Amino acid sequence: MNSELQYFFELVFSGITKGSIYALIALGYTMVYGIIELINFAHGEIYMIGAFTGLIVAGLLGIFGFPLLGVLAIAVICAIIWCAAYGYTIEKVAYRPLRNAPRLSPLISAIGMSIFLQNYVQLAQTSDFLPFPQLIPDFEFLDSIAYIVSSTDVVIIVLSAVVMTALHCFIKYTNMGKAMRATAQNRKMAMLLGIDADSIISVTFVIGSALAAIGGVLIASRMGSIDAYIGFLAGMKAFTAAVLGGIGSIPGAMFGGLVLGCCENLAAGYISSDYADVFAFLILVLILTFRPSGIFGRAPVQKV
Amino acid sequence: MLGKWLTSAVAASAMLLAASFAVSSAHAEPQTIKIGVPGAHSGNLAAYGLPPLNAARLMARYYNERGGINGMKVELLVQDDQCKPEMSTNVATKVLSDGAVVVMGHTCSGSTIAALPTYSNTILMSPSSTVPELTLSGKYPTFFRTIAKDDDQAALAVQCALDRLGAKRIAILHDQGDYGRGYAEYVKSMVEKDGRAEVIMFEGITPGAIDYAPVIQRVGREKADVVIFGGYHPEAAKLVTQMNKRRLKIPFISDDGVQLDAFIKMAGKNAEGVYVSGPKDISANEWYKKAREMHLKEYGEEPGHFYYQAVAAIQALLNAIEKSGSTETDKIMQALRTEYVDTPLGKIRFNEHGDAEGAGFSLYQVQNGKFVELN
Repeated sequence: MNSELQYFFELVFSGITKGSIYALIALGYTMVYGIIELINFAHGEIYMIGAFTGLIVAGLLGIFGFPLLGVLAIAVICAIIWCAAYGYTIEKVAYRPLRNAPRLSPLISAIGMSIFLQNYVQLAQTSDFLPFPQLIPDFEFLDSIAYIVSSTDVVIIVLSAVVMTALHCFIKYTNMGKAMRATAQNRKMAMLLGIDADSIISVTFVIGSALAAIGGVLIASRMGSIDAYIGFLAGMKAFTAAVLGGIGSIPGAMFGGLVLGCCENLAAGYISSDYADVFAFLILVLILTFRPSGIFGRAPVQKV
Repeated sequence: MLGKWLTSAVAASAMLLAASFAVSSAHAEPQTIKIGVPGAHSGNLAAYGLPPLNAARLMARYYNERGGINGMKVELLVQDDQCKPEMSTNVATKVLSDGAVVVMGHTCSGSTIAALPTYSNTILMSPSSTVPELTLSGKYPTFFRTIAKDDDQAALAVQCALDRLGAKRIAILHDQGDYGRGYAEYVKSMVEKDGRAEVIMFEGITPGAIDYAPVIQRVGREKADVVIFGGYHPEAAKLVTQMNKRRLKIPFISDDGVQLDAFIKMAGKNAEGVYVSGPKDISANEWYKKAREMHLKEYGEEPGHFYYQAVAAIQALLNAIEKSGSTETDKIMQALRTEYVDTPLGKIRFNEHGDAEGAGFSLYQVQNGKFVELN
C-alpha cells in the first residue's frame, strides 16, 4: 500500500477508536439532556469510576489466573453494574429533589457531584497514576495489519458499534424505548398517558452510566494508565461531541463523537498536535454557526 | 537653593570617601575571611535560601574549629534578599561594604542576575541559580555555581542521541508545560547547532488526553530514529506504551521528571531501554554523609534544598583561598579552576565558564525494571 494512504488510514482508524469512546460517553450526556434538559457534568466522573472498577476487578481476577478475554468481559460487566448503580444513585440524590427547581440549580448540583466524586476517588483510592493492565490480547489474525490498526482498536470499534446498535434497537423497538422517546418529547403528556416518568429518568441514567463504564474500561486498557482526573478532559470532549451532533439526539452523539475523534487526529497528524484541540473546537464553532442546534439536532419549536 | 545643593553634594562626596576608605581598609589587612551569604532567608522562597545558610554556618564552624584557613577565622555576613531582584542589589552593596572577600549566594536566578553587576570584582558562587546565561554569556567572569545549569539535562539527551545512538532524525515532543517545553527547546537548539542530526518534529501533546496515537503515528511516518520527550512520567509512560503497541521500536530519551520508579511501575515492560537523565547519585560520597550527619546533629532533620550544593560552594571557596594563599579575586579564581576539592557532590573544580565540573546530571537507562546509571 502507498505509504501516504497507509498513514491516512492509520490516522482515521485511531480517530474512529477515539471517536467511539467519545460517542459512548456522549450518549450519556445526550440521553439525559433529551429527557430532563440537564447537562450531567458528573458523567465524566462515571467514566472514571468505570475505569477504576475495571482496574480493581482485573487485578483481583488476575490473581486467580483467568484468561485475558474472560477478565475483560467480567471487568466490563462489573464496571457496568457498579457505574449503573452510581448513575441511579446520583440521579436520586442530586437531581430528583431539584426536579421542579429553576434550571440552574440541578446544573450546580451536577458540578458539585462531579467535584465530590473526583475527590472521593482520590481519597478512597489514590491521587497517583495507576498502571492499567492490557486486557485486550493481540490477535494473531490481525497481525498483518497491526501497523495500521491494533487489536485493541479493532475490539474498541467493534464493541462500541455493537453496543450502539443494541441501544438503537432498544430505543426503537422496545416498550421502554418508546416510553423514553415519549417522555423526551413531552413529559407531561407521557405522564398523562400512564408512563412513570421517574422510572424512565432512572433508566436513562442507568443506561448512560453503563455506556460510560464500557468506554472507561476500554480506553484505560488502551492507554495503560488511569488516575482520578481522567474524567474531566474525556467528559469535556464527549460533551463537545454531543453538542456537535445535536444535544438530545442519539444518532447525533454517535456521529459527533466520530467526527470529533477523526478531526482531532487528522489535525494532529497533518498539521501539529499542538493544534489538535484548536481544530476540534473550530469545527464545533463552524457547525454551530451554520446549524445552531447541531448536525442532527432539531430546532426547538416555540410552543405558543 | 544653591546652598542646599552644595551641602548635599559635599555630604554625598564625604560619604563616598568614607565608603572607599572602609572598602580599602577591609581589603588591605583582613584578620578574618569574610564570606557574604546573601539569599532568601525569609518570605515564601525561604525554603530554598535557608538550607544554604545552614550549610554556611555549619561549614564556618567546622573550619574554625580546625583553626581556620591560613590562620584566619571564617566569618559570615548574612543578608536577606527574599529573592527579590530590587532588594538584592542593596544587599550586595551592603555585603561588599562590610568587607566580604568572597560571596556564596543569591538563591534565585532573578536576584542573582540583578546583583551580578555589583560583584564585578568579587567572586559570587551560587548554590541554586540555574539559568544557563549566568555562566554561558561570558558577561560575568566572577560568577561560579555548584548547581547544574537548566540545559545540562538537554545536553545529556542530545549527547545520548547523537554520540551513543548515532541518530539522524530526531523527534522532539513536550507536554506544553514550562519545564517540559523549556527542556525540549534547549534540545532543539542544541541539535540544530550540532548539525549532525535533523529535528524532524517539534510538537506538544496535551497532558491527560485519552490518546496520543496521532502523534506517535506521525513519529513513525517521519521515520524518526529517536524520540526525545520533555515532561513528566505519566505522559512518558503513556507514550512508550503506545509506541510499543504501534510496533515503533525506537529509543526514547527523557528528563528527570521521568526518572521515578512510578514511571517503571506504570509503563512496565514498555519502560525497558528508555534513557533518562537524573541527578547524579551522590549518596555514596564521603562528604555527603558527613554533611548530612552535621545537619542532623545540629537541626535534628534532613537538610533541605540546595544544602549540599551550598556545602560544596563553601568548601570550594575556602579551598581556593587556602591553596592560593591569597584573598585576591584573581588568584582565588585561578585556584577554583585548577584545584580539585572533595565535596558532597564529588570531586569538583570549575570550567572556564564557572560551572562545576563533575557535578550535576548523569544518564540512566531502564534495565530489568531499574534505573541503571550509565557512564
